[in-house]
Amino acid sequence: MATKTQTVGANAKFTNLSNEEILRYSRHLIMPEVGMDGQLKLKNAKVLLIGTGGLGAPLGLYLAAAGVGKLGLVDFDVVDSTNLQRQVTFGAQDVGTPKTLAAKNRLSSLNSDIEIETYETKLESGNALELFKDYDFIVDGTDNFPTRYLVNDACILLGKQNVYGSIFRFEGQATVFGAPDGPCYRCLYPEPPPPGLVPSCAEGGVLGVLPGIIGSIQAMETIKLIIGRGDSLAGRLLLFDALGMKFRELKLRKNPDCPVCGKNPTITKLIDYYEFCGVRGEEAPASDVQVPEITPRELKSRLDRGDDLFILDVREPHEYQICNLNGHLIPLGDLTRRAHELDTSKEIVAHCRSGKRSAEAVDFLRKAGFRKILNLKGGILAWSDEVDPSVPKY
Amino acid sequence: MPVKVIIPTPLRVFAAKRDSAEFPAASVGEALNKLTTEFGELRKHLYTDDGKLRSFVNVYVNDEDIRYLGKEETPVKDGDIVSIVPSIAGGRS
Repeated sequence: MATKTQTVGANAKFTNLSNEEILRYSRHLIMPEVGMDGQLKLKNAKVLLIGTGGLGAPLGLYLAAAGVGKLGLVDFDVVDSTNLQRQVTFGAQDVGTPKTLAAKNRLSSLNSDIEIETYETKLESGNALELFKDYDFIVDGTDNFPTRYLVNDACILLGKQNVYGSIFRFEGQATVFGAPDGPCYRCLYPEPPPPGLVPSCAEGGVLGVLPGIIGSIQAMETIKLIIGRGDSLAGRLLLFDALGMKFRELKLRKNPDCPVCGKNPTITKLIDYYEFCGVRGEEAPASDVQVPEITPRELKSRLDRGDDLFILDVREPHEYQICNLNGHLIPLGDLTRRAHELDTSKEIVAHCRSGKRSAEAVDFLRKAGFRKILNLKGGILAWSDEVDPSVPKY
Repeated sequence: MPVKVIIPTPLRVFAAKRDSAEFPAASVGEALNKLTTEFGELRKHLYTDDGKLRSFVNVYVNDEDIRYLGKEETPVKDGDIVSIVPSIAGGRS
């Protein structure tokens, strides 16, 4: 691998394996493609995992098992029970524990010979270069556009390769960015989508095995880069469709005019990635519409005193099956077509899971002439918290 | 045999949940135009208000990015696969 920072073992700290390590890694050692040389490269390698969630789980497990000498784990999140469906490093006993700590415990129990450094912090423009500089390879397993662009730019500025994976529902993408003469994330996507235009993972859901597959591909690519074997995904975008069980491959080209890795870069230091992506704060899309609201408690007391309110549920039918408030179901996407089912003279309270989709529905219906319409603040989640805990949260 | 347009997961909700659609077309632009005529809601996700393809949506003919071919004028022939590949970011949470 061309640039100096990407050469593993240039200043090799470890020059031999113990007898216990030889036994542990024997299935690597008997393969000529890895052998003693490759295993020592793994032992001397330092890999930084951005995110210890869905993609980070198989990444951490396989890289620790393979004997990567130093793993850095960056995450600021705490394990919650909705993580366990796919984040297989964690067990039920870890709920409430910081993810970096829970992951470190699990990976140390798998392989106590390796060094694991945890960074319980949010990756930001102010700390990225400092965090990245001591690592050979960066593996991007994060979940939002600002961090994706930040990881990309920091890797390009430092001349490090970025093993990229991302997922959405049952579809995944993987590639390697920042290889010598290879394309970067900005060559592929010069700009992020505006907030709200592409649904987030939290809204869209994800099939639990999918991050296992894409994260495992990232782990494989990382190991290949470390041992310097095979053809990496650099210059190729691997697309995986789990429902169709199809892998496809597209060509990725380096954009000579790329603002960060092109011939005349205009981005020469890290920028404000939230501003770049049009978001202020983690989950607060700037496009959120302001509409009249009603709190769950207000709604409850008005229903209790017999007010004639029409409850409109704008979630999807499969969500209605999980829990509902006996509302009339018209999914947001069908509202344009089915608005005629609603009576403009009646007072309507629209709700969804968290209040975001129903705000869009209220905004749309107000523009369509509905005057007496309110959005249930915080959605069915807030209803469960404030009025009726027997309604399950999802 | 017409051109097959592959609709990615995040955009299927705007295309009657279809994963692909086929249209007779001579260029990428024509195929996408037919797609967004059939599924009107897709248009704002693929094009800006002034009719340009959005920069976070890439379009490929078979395995080649149309930005490095003839952009929307890239000719297509029967049996070609036009893929819409938007950026997705999920993975950690």
